[in-house]
Amino acid sequence: MRPTSEAELAEMVRGAAGPLRVRGGGTRTIGRPVTGEVLETAGLSGISLYEPGALTLVAGAGTPLAEIEATLAGEGQRLPFEVPDLRGLLGRSGESTVGGVVAANASGPRRIQAGACRDSLIGVRFVDGAGIVVKNGGRVMKNVTGYDLVKLMAGSHGTLGVLSEVSFKVLPVPEAAASLVVAVAGPREAVAAMAAAMGTPYEVSGAAWVPGEGVILRLEGFAASVAARAGKLAALMGRHAEVGIEEAPGAVAARWSAIRDVTALAGRAGDVWRISVKPSDAPDVVDGLGAEAVAMDWAGGLIWALVAPGTDLRPRLKVPGHATLVRAEADTRVAVVPFHPEAPALATISQGIRTRFDPRGILNPGIMG
Amino acid sequence: MEMPTPNSAVLARKDRIVARLAEVLPQDALVSDIEETRAYECDALTAYRCPPLCAVLPRSTGEVSAILKICHEEGVPVVPRGSGTSLAGGALPTADCVILGVARLNAVLETDYPNRFIRVQTGRTNLSVTGAVEADDFFYAPDPSSQLACAIAGNIAMNSGGAHCLKYGVTTNNLLGVTMVLMDGTVVEVGGAHLDAPGLDLLGVICGSEGQLGVVTEATLRILRKPEGARPVLMGFDRSEVAGACVSDIIKAGVLPVAIEFMDRPCIRATEDFAGAGYPDCEALLIVEVEGSPAEIDAQLGLIKQIALRHDPVELRESQSEEQSRKIWLGRKSAFGAMGQINDYMCLDGTIPVSALPEVLRRIGEMSRDYGLDVANVFHAGDGNMHPLILFDANTPGELEKCEAFGADILRLCVEVGGCLTGEHGVGIEKRDLMEVQFAPEDLEAQMRVKDVFDPQWLLNPAKVFPLRVSAGRRAA
Repeated sequence: MRPTSEAELAEMVRGAAGPLRVRGGGTRTIGRPVTGEVLETAGLSGISLYEPGALTLVAGAGTPLAEIEATLAGEGQRLPFEVPDLRGLLGRSGESTVGGVVAANASGPRRIQAGACRDSLIGVRFVDGAGIVVKNGGRVMKNVTGYDLVKLMAGSHGTLGVLSEVSFKVLPVPEAAASLVVAVAGPREAVAAMAAAMGTPYEVSGAAWVPGEGVILRLEGFAASVAARAGKLAALMGRHAEVGIEEAPGAVAARWSAIRDVTALAGRAGDVWRISVKPSDAPDVVDGLGAEAVAMDWAGGLIWALVAPGTDLRPRLKVPGHATLVRAEADTRVAVVPFHPEAPALATISQGIRTRFDPRGILNPGIMG
Repeated sequence: MEMPTPNSAVLARKDRIVARLAEVLPQDALVSDIEETRAYECDALTAYRCPPLCAVLPRSTGEVSAILKICHEEGVPVVPRGSGTSLAGGALPTADCVILGVARLNAVLETDYPNRFIRVQTGRTNLSVTGAVEADDFFYAPDPSSQLACAIAGNIAMNSGGAHCLKYGVTTNNLLGVTMVLMDGTVVEVGGAHLDAPGLDLLGVICGSEGQLGVVTEATLRILRKPEGARPVLMGFDRSEVAGACVSDIIKAGVLPVAIEFMDRPCIRATEDFAGAGYPDCEALLIVEVEGSPAEIDAQLGLIKQIALRHDPVELRESQSEEQSRKIWLGRKSAFGAMGQINDYMCLDGTIPVSALPEVLRRIGEMSRDYGLDVANVFHAGDGNMHPLILFDANTPGELEKCEAFGADILRLCVEVGGCLTGEHGVGIEKRDLMEVQFAPEDLEAQMRVKDVFDPQWLLNPAKVFPLRVSAGRRAA
């Protein structure tokens, strides 16, 4: 099924005789395998409103992400949350849609400064499991009118409704960016260095640890400001470690897209997990994972781990947080619940919400466990 | 304002309900004397008042749980209350309700600089959260005008904003986790010091749900390192359209000020009389503030002044000292107080697309003449969040009703041009009956389904957010 309008989408969902696999660009295979007829949103495409002076953009959920990024770049703007391109990591092809990005709440390194996808998302239209069109939020960035279903839809992986339209707050692309590369001995030193950097007033917009390369910190803004802050931050970091500064735009961009897209783990055999913890817990977590390879982003708050196929990492995660299995064969995604189980009381609430938004249980059933 | 008829069965059981609450609370945590309950009869929307059945002032999450369990068993509505500063009537009691005030839950539980968060009990005031970390050069970013008094609990309930949210976001963007008690007394932990949700983003829907999904007793909040400095520039224009165009050009140029505040002539004059901040007498005034090191501030303000000069300002005044910065902000910060000196006023909170500003200001002016009530406009221009202040005299019969009708027309206009009814104050009872202007029945139904899950009997903060007619079946069930 490939609706070309919201009305047609609603009609298709209403008339569905069985489960539907909701698909944007098909660039992810996250969650439990879902059976059912494929419902593609690619036909709901196009930017319907873009006001650079108001920092707002509205687009059909099936709009290619590349089209949105190119349109924004034409006005010197961008999506704040730095959408990762995980096709290499996940071994997928296809073209990401903006609705898919929202459904996965996909956010990159800038999440620690600019927030997640859900923080830039200001409005949604969707068709719920009964085939009813619902809107929430809108096209203005300050809006507390009624409950915030916008956030609820972000990261719901198509289980509450099929997105038809999404609205974003966007931001200007800064004039310049620089990376600091700090030599560190291991995860403990890396997290300490990142915490120190995040505790400065220098507005670090990325803090990652790439084993073998070191801690990479990013500064963005007007050129003179970036240079000044890079100098001060390098002096601070340099008290305990060797520090290099990279300012060539191509090199900075390449480094951060590699971090964003987790290229360090791409093309290697095994399962990939994505773990969210309090940054200071990250070194112990990494030590206890027994992973073949790891990388850290979000100042240590995000750990990517490559492990032997079929491994359940969760018993090794002994601190608060959550672990999501993002790449594994289908049989593993049945044996190991890909999404971190919620506490019982919250699981009951989540299930209650799903049941009310999708009473027949036909939207990506079981994908989130 | 129409409110539901109090449940006579609950009213008749007052003694029993109070006695049961007394069993789980210290004596000083329960207020049931009819005169003393009057302290809780309204919030900052003082036009509407109703003393509750009783009020409880718990000191722990455990006490909150015990209270809610009893109220759940007895079928008693509960109205959570932070500091009572809601301008929307978010904490207005019903005669058959228990007011659950969180003011005594005001401790700092954990401060963590390496991970940049603070965990507090939610009765703590907004400003005192920053107060707990500012000696170490950190701050909590959301800064509603009422920050001296308002509680984090209310900030979470209303998803409060402030003057600096253009850069730092509103409450929901700075909230990492909550401890919340459900209506049946169950205590749940949502989120925490780590980022994002393992499953559905329940924290996202809890924030801004106006106390209707649960009582939030503890919160984990993002704290940030203070910028090296901040400096405002004040600019005056002879037309509000030009001020609006200037805002748009600043944003398009890639500068992201922390605040862009707008005041119109009536507001400028009133605040001048009241505070004497030395504002120019012009049609529209902007205060633009940027942050950073002195050199970064110079560079950003240089660019902003260049843009402003293209719009032929009648005044362009960059602060040269702390004292001048204070003076530039003085008028803006005393705007509401100044209006209160002149008259009674009603403060609206609609948001509009920034591009619609000239049209909206023109039409508000026309309506002002038609209604015969003066309006002063002050608002957060960077994000389109307007605060028109309608002046009226509460002692003149019929004037409050006229003012409310005017306010409703302004909010309809906000929706008509692509905006919304409320940007940061919340719906409460004030905008409840206008929800159908912005939302179709299906949109409201989807929101109410969420409440059905958290609070199946609709006992928490009843008669708010949703039009009574729309929620009638659920409240009666």
